[in-house]
Amino acid sequence: MTSVLYDAPGPKARRFSLIASVVGAILIAGLLALIVTTLAQQGIFEGRRWAIFTRGDVWTLIGNGIMATLSAAALSAVIAFPLGLMLCLLRISLVPWIRIPTRVLLEFLRGMPVVLMMLFVLLVLATSPFIAVVIGLVLYNSAVFAEIIRAGIQSLPKGQREAGLAIGLTSFKSRMLIELPQAVRRMMPSLVAQLVVLLKDTSLGYIVAYAELLRAVQVMADFLGNQYLFPIFFVAAGIYIAINIAVSRLAVWIERRGSNKTAGGVAPAIKTIDLQMPQAK
Amino acid sequence: MDVIIENLPIYWDGFLRTLYLSVVSGVIALVLGTLIAAARVSPVAALRGFSTVYVEILRNTPLTIAFFFAAVVLPRLGVTFEQFEVAAIIALSTYTSAFIAEAVRSGVNSVPVGQAEAARSIGMKFGQVLGLIILPQALRTVIPPMINILIALVKNSSVAGAFYVLELFGHGRQLANANGDQVMAVLLGVAFFYLLLTVPLGILASTVERKVAIAR
Amino acid sequence: MKAFISRRKSILLAAGAAVALSLSACGGGGTPADTAPVEEAPTFAAGTTMEKLSSAGSIKIGTKFDQPLFGQVGLDGKPVGFDVEMGKLIAGKLGIPADKIEWSETVSANREEFIKQGQVDLVIATYTINDKRKQEVSFAGPYYEAGQALMVNKDNDTIKTPEDVSGKKVCSVTGSTPAGTIVEKYGAVLVPVATYSACLEPLRNKQVDAVTTDNVILAGFVDKEPDAFKLASDETFTKEPYGIGLKKDDTEFRNWINDQLEAFEEDGTYKKAWEATAGSVIKTAPELPAIDRY
Repeated sequence: MTSVLYDAPGPKARRFSLIASVVGAILIAGLLALIVTTLAQQGIFEGRRWAIFTRGDVWTLIGNGIMATLSAAALSAVIAFPLGLMLCLLRISLVPWIRIPTRVLLEFLRGMPVVLMMLFVLLVLATSPFIAVVIGLVLYNSAVFAEIIRAGIQSLPKGQREAGLAIGLTSFKSRMLIELPQAVRRMMPSLVAQLVVLLKDTSLGYIVAYAELLRAVQVMADFLGNQYLFPIFFVAAGIYIAINIAVSRLAVWIERRGSNKTAGGVAPAIKTIDLQMPQAK
Repeated sequence: MDVIIENLPIYWDGFLRTLYLSVVSGVIALVLGTLIAAARVSPVAALRGFSTVYVEILRNTPLTIAFFFAAVVLPRLGVTFEQFEVAAIIALSTYTSAFIAEAVRSGVNSVPVGQAEAARSIGMKFGQVLGLIILPQALRTVIPPMINILIALVKNSSVAGAFYVLELFGHGRQLANANGDQVMAVLLGVAFFYLLLTVPLGILASTVERKVAIAR
Repeated sequence: MKAFISRRKSILLAAGAAVALSLSACGGGGTPADTAPVEEAPTFAAGTTMEKLSSAGSIKIGTKFDQPLFGQVGLDGKPVGFDVEMGKLIAGKLGIPADKIEWSETVSANREEFIKQGQVDLVIATYTINDKRKQEVSFAGPYYEAGQALMVNKDNDTIKTPEDVSGKKVCSVTGSTPAGTIVEKYGAVLVPVATYSACLEPLRNKQVDAVTTDNVILAGFVDKEPDAFKLASDETFTKEPYGIGLKKDDTEFRNWINDQLEAFEEDGTYKKAWEATAGSVIKTAPELPAIDRY
């Protein structure tokens, strides 16, 4: 696709491209070297600062943080998905007094910062931080899931619903038996991509005192002393990025694997953006 | 309810700072994101590689970590700033730019192949193909998703309240502590001001989407 | 005592292998078993909270998990600090051993609700007694009196009193009382964070002029990095009597805890608890403040 945008490079363009690539690589390498030396001058790479990672209890704590992050994400996803399906059905209901309030509710949920919902649950309902994080994530993500699935249903060929109605299914049965299963399969990459967002948002637990990975390492840095702040955060950032990239890869894999069980095939994850989706956050 | 009215100036101050963070970060993210998207489809391998890594890393980093790097690590690298808003804007705009870049790229991919072929056949170079033919068409289809990204940006700016910038969310927390008996009212007030920004943007997005759909 | 601390520090610097040993000193101390004796089968009048807790054999206590010296979670996931010691002492008087205490983290903003809804039996969490809170919960104590102070860079000689920070950038935790005070009474510009330790880097980089919270917490930071930071002054500009929060109008329980606090002072366990925790930094052990038997 991209090659459509420019002619096959000739010798001159190839040389230019090569030079530009080399210069760019040198510039980036230089920048990285500058960063590393600046940090090294401040002693951030001294062995003693990293020696903490040879300790078992440090890794136990990091492990607990990862578990807390994953369990909050998993529980939220497990609750948010069926809730999203339900909200989606209400949202596309033919009955106006169901459809319209649902739409308002979805707009409200999608328009609120997740961290604000978490804080609200924490303070007003006086739950544990874990419950606050899970409820905050469920509220927001069920709304997003609902919108993704709705987009999936709308993108199905019209004939699917028409065929369902033609063989005598009620509107609801056609939705449940024909459209929803296809829509979910079709939007699977977007749904998995949203899981990455959900997983990242667990780190907002840091702000409402839920001991997920980020807060676990912060508390650890507090306890061990400020000199360990940088090593601990570099490791935490690495872990986060690794987990999220793994889940993102899953989305790409599902997309590639495709599916012929759906009319119109599987929509690539990026399509979510075209379909009314707040992707960031 | 009284607590909201009494503290309206504080809410307003927080609202303006949230608006400021969102607008400045939004503009920077749009420009940066479009450049990154252009780099991702460019003929130069190094640019493609760099932009791919940039997008992959930022999209998979929690925003809180991005804030930490902008506010704490950057000063250690000698990038100092007087105002913490700068750190918040750096974090928000780079983070958001990755999402903008992905949106623009998908828009570029959505423009029919014939457009680019026609442009090239009349002798246009890559920059011209992209800048004059593809992007203007792509931007139209990516406006709704972009608005949604901007909505997310407004909401994301709330993280700044825990990282050195006293915006709407931060003010809300202050007020919640000072008025322990009216926490619900205080937080609903905060929610109201966020919705004041996000709901109109959401309506705008769906309107534009419908318009674009008709135009096609 | 000072020499003892710095020797521990030098061990920390010298060898990674020794890190494990010295950590307990950094975190505010381990728990010598003898500071929290457990009463054998104490008896209480039927129907009182003491009786209920004592016969249940467990107690739920809320504390801070990020407050050095008072309540801070260590590497084993258990909180340590002076507040925690107080909790253990009281639990011991109820016949509840330390391992039967369920600790949960309370943040500044949810302490009243946690007590009201019975999620915890007690809150011992650098919890300042004030009239507004007294309308929601009851307080035993105070068991310690802290005060708000300012921490500045070692080379800063311009900030001595809170009046000096008017219009300057001061870092504190979002939604905390010290943050409210420094803004409303002294006109500082608040730079908000999620935990106090997040203030240290900006202070070091001179992006903020001062950090404010209770003096004891700041003392903990200064102790860890005496070459970088100092307290602006030894004077505090507010009084923060720390109380033990419990359900409103449970007067029997409140009076009983107050009696225990006085007993701890009398038999020296109060002093021991201090020395095992915050005493590693603040050398002079405090006297128990006059109990507020309202």
